[in-house]
Amino acid sequence: MANLIIPKRNAFYGLPVLGGFFAISRRYPFVAIFILLVFLVIPAIFANQIAQYNPRVGKLSERLIPPAWSEGETVEGIEVRKPGTWAHPLGTDKQGRDVLTRVIYGARVSLVVAVISIILAGCVGTTLGLMAGFFGGNLDHLIMRLVDVCISIPAILLALVLSIALGPSFQTVIIVIVAIFWSRYARLIRGETLAIKNQDYIARAKVAGASNSRIIARHIFPNVVNTIVVLATLEVGQVILLEASLSFLGAGLSRPTPAWGLMVAEGRELLITAWWVAFFPGLGILLAVMSMNLLGDWLRDKLDPKLRNV
Amino acid sequence: MQRFVIVRVLHAVIALFAVSIIVFALARISGDPLDTLLDIDATEEDFARVSAYWGLDQPLHLQYLRYLGNIFTGNFGESIRWQGRSALELLMERVPATLELAFLSLLISAMLALPIGVLVAVKKDTGIDYLGKLFALLGQSIPSFWLGLILMWVFAVQLGLLPTSGRGSIFPNVEAGSFKHLILPAITLGWFQVAALMRLIRSSMLEVLDTEYVKLARIKGIPEWKVVWKHCLRNAMIAPLTYFGLILGGLMTGSVVTETVFTWPGVGLLAIDALRARDFQVVQSVVVFFAAIYILSNLIVDVLYAYLDPRIRYTH
Repeated sequence: MANLIIPKRNAFYGLPVLGGFFAISRRYPFVAIFILLVFLVIPAIFANQIAQYNPRVGKLSERLIPPAWSEGETVEGIEVRKPGTWAHPLGTDKQGRDVLTRVIYGARVSLVVAVISIILAGCVGTTLGLMAGFFGGNLDHLIMRLVDVCISIPAILLALVLSIALGPSFQTVIIVIVAIFWSRYARLIRGETLAIKNQDYIARAKVAGASNSRIIARHIFPNVVNTIVVLATLEVGQVILLEASLSFLGAGLSRPTPAWGLMVAEGRELLITAWWVAFFPGLGILLAVMSMNLLGDWLRDKLDPKLRNV
Repeated sequence: MQRFVIVRVLHAVIALFAVSIIVFALARISGDPLDTLLDIDATEEDFARVSAYWGLDQPLHLQYLRYLGNIFTGNFGESIRWQGRSALELLMERVPATLELAFLSLLISAMLALPIGVLVAVKKDTGIDYLGKLFALLGQSIPSFWLGLILMWVFAVQLGLLPTSGRGSIFPNVEAGSFKHLILPAITLGWFQVAALMRLIRSSMLEVLDTEYVKLARIKGIPEWKVVWKHCLRNAMIAPLTYFGLILGGLMTGSVVTETVFTWPGVGLLAIDALRARDFQVVQSVVVFFAAIYILSNLIVDVLYAYLDPRIRYTH
């Protein structure tokens, strides 16, 4: 009946390639996982083996070499731009450091920050969320007020104050990210716990004499694991972006760490003469975040369709 | 409704207090203020005198109250980086530039997101929809500072159409052509919002397109464009409206990044310059200012939402 009233529009089935790409990456996340592996995970783990140069120290004699495919430029007999060489496929930066090497190590930095902070935020948020949902009452109120406060402080502001108070460092970045992201887990897990708490099997566990901590650990936690995994995956991309932004602003990781955000910041000053210094690290961020988002979307549809709106 | 408003206002006040406590605590962690106020060769007596003058010899909670009083009267202290100027003065000087940028990028994102979001919803599961999805995915994955640099490289460095950095104005008393300065920063700032807003409008339009009253409107023979733009859009706008509160927060956060990329002399760049000089007073004034705006705008949006959609009042 509905089909009679609302005619289905078949007129616009253009761009089948694009549609195919989305259908594939949604149903079989190989595309996302492939991009992810090639651009993030494998470089991060095997950075020492893949990269040929030192990411922190460069040769000043090899400054600002353009990517391998670009040709040198001479104006009136003076060489203004060196020709690219395959020794440095993506060129070198102001201090003669290989851009490809730094991009590869950058994957490691991003991934380490993301994994550590998401695990910490997940632990804190899940624990507090489980407690708030299960025990209720004043504890619930207190935790939820805290969540409200944390959500209402924009991340960058907190990072600015923290990095000026503690100095920009690895720890500062982790603290900022955990302080912001734990609240999302807490809120979501609390909601799930509230729903599970009233199920029959919880009541039976109580009758059987199970303690509160046993009920939480054995009967509630396993039921929210999917939610946690989906949320964590969806947040990796956001954390990578946040860390890169902070580093770009000088409020995150500090030089000479090969962090993508820092590399883009260094390349910003060279934009007119050496575009490649800023371009490739940014491309790394884009690919890593995009594939993480695709993977997160797929996981969500697979494991936890309730999270559609997160 | 009254009760809802009161509770929300209370929440906002609590959040503001929390921000002030965090900033105060961090100010004390970052080092003894006496060290920045006094010279290296200051004597014990100097320390005692100055700490009595600033009330630093009092217990911490009294110091906090004093600090709170200062904030309420707009006294954020003197800047260290810009000698002889108060943090508030510096802040107020920069506010117009940031507002200008935020306003234009809000306009751009709303004007782009609305038609695209509606179009994508109406053409669900077609090529256009997939293009929209790709656009949204890119919007959420591109780091805005990088996008800013790419735009700068293409339009300013290669094509020479627009200036790379600095500030123009949309107001007529500034010379013509300076409007060009705004275009790239505004697009950079608005980009992320376009994608997010578009997704939101799409999903909320899809929901409305599926309702009985839309089917009825179609049966009545109302032209399709009128069904979409009048019957559906009005009802679909409620959800994106609440998102505007978040957008404001995003714009402020984004303005810090975008202003740094384009050296746009707004509040965000002030914060970064102050950060580099470790000028705590100025950073603190910016943070309190942004947080206050953010919390207040969220409050307004919450109340507005409850006013528009009565269901919200009872569930919270």
